[in-house]
Amino acid sequence: MSDYTLEVENLSKAFPGVQALDGVSLRVRPGHVHAVMGENGAGKSTLMKCLLGLYRPDSGRILFKGEELRIPHPSVALAKGIAMIHQELNPVAERPVMENIWLGRFPRRRFGPLSFVDAEAMHVRTRAIFEDLELNLDPRERAGNLTVAKMQMMEIAKAVSYNSELLIMDEPTSSLTETEIAQLFKIIRRLRSQGVAIIYISHKMEEIFRICDEVTVLRDGKFVGERDVASLTIEELIRMMVGRELTSLFPKQDVPLGDVRLRVEGLSSPGAFENVTFDLRRGEILGFAGLVGAGRTELMETLFGLRPISSGRVLIDGGEIRIRSPRDAKRAGLAFLTEDRRSTGIIGVGSVTDNTIIANLLSYVKKPLRLLDFARIRTDTREYNERLRTRTPSYETRIQNLSGGNQQKVLVARWLLTRPDILILDEPTRGIDVGAKAEIHAIISELAAEGNSILLVSSELPEILGMSDRIVVMHEGRQTAILERKDASQELVMKYATAV
Amino acid sequence: MTKRGILMKNRLVQILNKYSLYLVLVLLVLFFSIATEGFFTVPNAMSMLTSWSIKGLIALGVGMVIISRGIDLSSGSVVALASVVAASFAQNPEVSKFGMPPVFVAVVLASLVGVVIGACNGAFVAYTKIPPFIATLGAMTVARGLALMYTKGFPVSQLREDFMILGRAMVGPVPLLAIYFLVAAGAVWVILNHTAFGKNIYAIGGNENAARVSGVSVELNLVAVYTIAAFLAAFGGMLMAARTAAGNATYGNMYELDAIAAVTVGGISHSGGLGTVSGMVAGIMILAVVENGLILLGVSPYLQQVVKGCIIVGAVIYDMSKHKRR
Repeated sequence: MSDYTLEVENLSKAFPGVQALDGVSLRVRPGHVHAVMGENGAGKSTLMKCLLGLYRPDSGRILFKGEELRIPHPSVALAKGIAMIHQELNPVAERPVMENIWLGRFPRRRFGPLSFVDAEAMHVRTRAIFEDLELNLDPRERAGNLTVAKMQMMEIAKAVSYNSELLIMDEPTSSLTETEIAQLFKIIRRLRSQGVAIIYISHKMEEIFRICDEVTVLRDGKFVGERDVASLTIEELIRMMVGRELTSLFPKQDVPLGDVRLRVEGLSSPGAFENVTFDLRRGEILGFAGLVGAGRTELMETLFGLRPISSGRVLIDGGEIRIRSPRDAKRAGLAFLTEDRRSTGIIGVGSVTDNTIIANLLSYVKKPLRLLDFARIRTDTREYNERLRTRTPSYETRIQNLSGGNQQKVLVARWLLTRPDILILDEPTRGIDVGAKAEIHAIISELAAEGNSILLVSSELPEILGMSDRIVVMHEGRQTAILERKDASQELVMKYATAV
Repeated sequence: MTKRGILMKNRLVQILNKYSLYLVLVLLVLFFSIATEGFFTVPNAMSMLTSWSIKGLIALGVGMVIISRGIDLSSGSVVALASVVAASFAQNPEVSKFGMPPVFVAVVLASLVGVVIGACNGAFVAYTKIPPFIATLGAMTVARGLALMYTKGFPVSQLREDFMILGRAMVGPVPLLAIYFLVAAGAVWVILNHTAFGKNIYAIGGNENAARVSGVSVELNLVAVYTIAAFLAAFGGMLMAARTAAGNATYGNMYELDAIAAVTVGGISHSGGLGTVSGMVAGIMILAVVENGLILLGVSPYLQQVVKGCIIVGAVIYDMSKHKRR
């Protein structure tokens, strides 16, 4: 019997044109939480997909409890005791929570030669798991009705229900609030005490130091090192990940603020938020803090013409304007980097070039035949992506083959090309590694210094506090405070965000 | 194998994948040229072009619709309706209507049939959000019904010479029909690759929400793409009347499925956002060559259907396996 639940030795995997994993090792002990860190594109996902049997490694060995394991199919991984909570949630929306949890292994009841799904047993077992984990979820609720946070909790319950010996968590907290994170950590500590080995993937440094015992760092598909978290500082960890010194994560420059650019007065949208009022000045970064469901994203969607306004006014440079569609919003000088990169951001099968120019196509139409000017398209794509340091094999590569951070840079390039005055950035660094994050922060700061005005929505308090001139705090659709940079603290923001 | 060797092999596989469609076409042509007497001859090539040009026109339009992540089932019925409308205004002897030459009137009205039906298709898809399959299934049934009502089920024949020439003329050895198709393919190529509209269609097919947030007018672009598709089908219907010297409400039966099959073989993804005009043309040519070659081989028409069906499904399985990462 081995000391380790999982031993990965010298694993390699290549895709056409990319060496995704190059001799990677990983050892996870039972009853330990083991962080796997690395920038996007470092090979974390590929490694996990090899463990789950979604990819076949080219070379190297995977030992599970000391025995060499071949995993031709995800069902084999599950049967052996390896389960994963995926970062991207894919619930069967039309079916109840409990069917999502027991999918593929419904409890059965026999009637002679026939076998039926035993809904009652399924309900009882689901409730038992929820009570055990202290989750407030109804097993009969339609999964599609759940908030993203509750869906995440459902996935966690599902993974736990397999009684696995190795549990992989990929960014499990990306859509959880502080209280829910505390609850998740309680579950993790309990699993740990039961001897479960846990692989924990997250970009949030603070979580690594709160919950993990060891950390393995990958960079460019290679193994960089394994350390005890207790003997490691944040700076050391970041250095291991990026292989260089990061000057500052929040390079906010002090910029003299100009005139009021955008004024929002008493804005409401039915069922989303009401009576929101704020000013945005030239060169200002206005942060929006709040918990999931505070209505921040909905507010931004309304400003960009994607939701109806029920009352209130929007003024740009002192003049009232009506925005009924994204086209109107673009004409008024707005740009909108949306929160959900996959569903409203990238055109996955499109090239980097196509994705860069899509919001700005009409400016490339050449008279007299109204054909596109590809020379200018190429120069602009190159210029803006170089400025943002997008890393891509070529500008004809499909954007879905880039890492999350690089996809995000292409989307920023898309909006900068429209030469906006006001940028709405909704969770601009969600799911992005620390190196790319610092770069995006630097870009935001630069844009403000150039006189652009920025609305910044983020669920990461350090980001909001580090980047904003002022902070609007929202709670369940209401605006509860506007804080000056010098007055704001985590505690104060949380107080208004939870409205206690 | 060495790392270098693996990379070389990957590169070769990539190149083969990229050009496999054209390779298949060439191999098919070679096969039938060797296996049959009359395949590799000018008259046979021309007869192939003549019989597939109209379906080709339809396929170009349907291909664009599929790139936008839609489908158009109405094309075959639009062929029928346009053929009878065109024929009815080009009958002999017929006095000139609206003070304009009858041929001109026939062509314009037939095209208008396509534009109206296509705009309706597009508007239903874009504004009511009903699935394109349903919207165009309705249009397919309605258009066929209108064609039958208009003619009471009888063919519309005895057409003018100057109308029939539109579908029968030859430019040297090349039938005019083939030239329409080539011109249309060129136009669609320009639209898809060199206009903002074309880029918008790819974007809408790839991710409609992202396109909308980027300020693309999704609805108007959808109306336009369905309109172009039905216009091409109607133009094809008019040509069919000219070539066969009659309009008939039974024309174009199942043409929409042949067109869909052709562009699918040509690598147009039904998940949207992907596909090229050269792929569409190759897909059309593959089906044309197979059909023609099997006839020359003396294969029974029943078996021909079976072969065609297998090719369609096999092509998609192969196409999808290319993109699988494992």
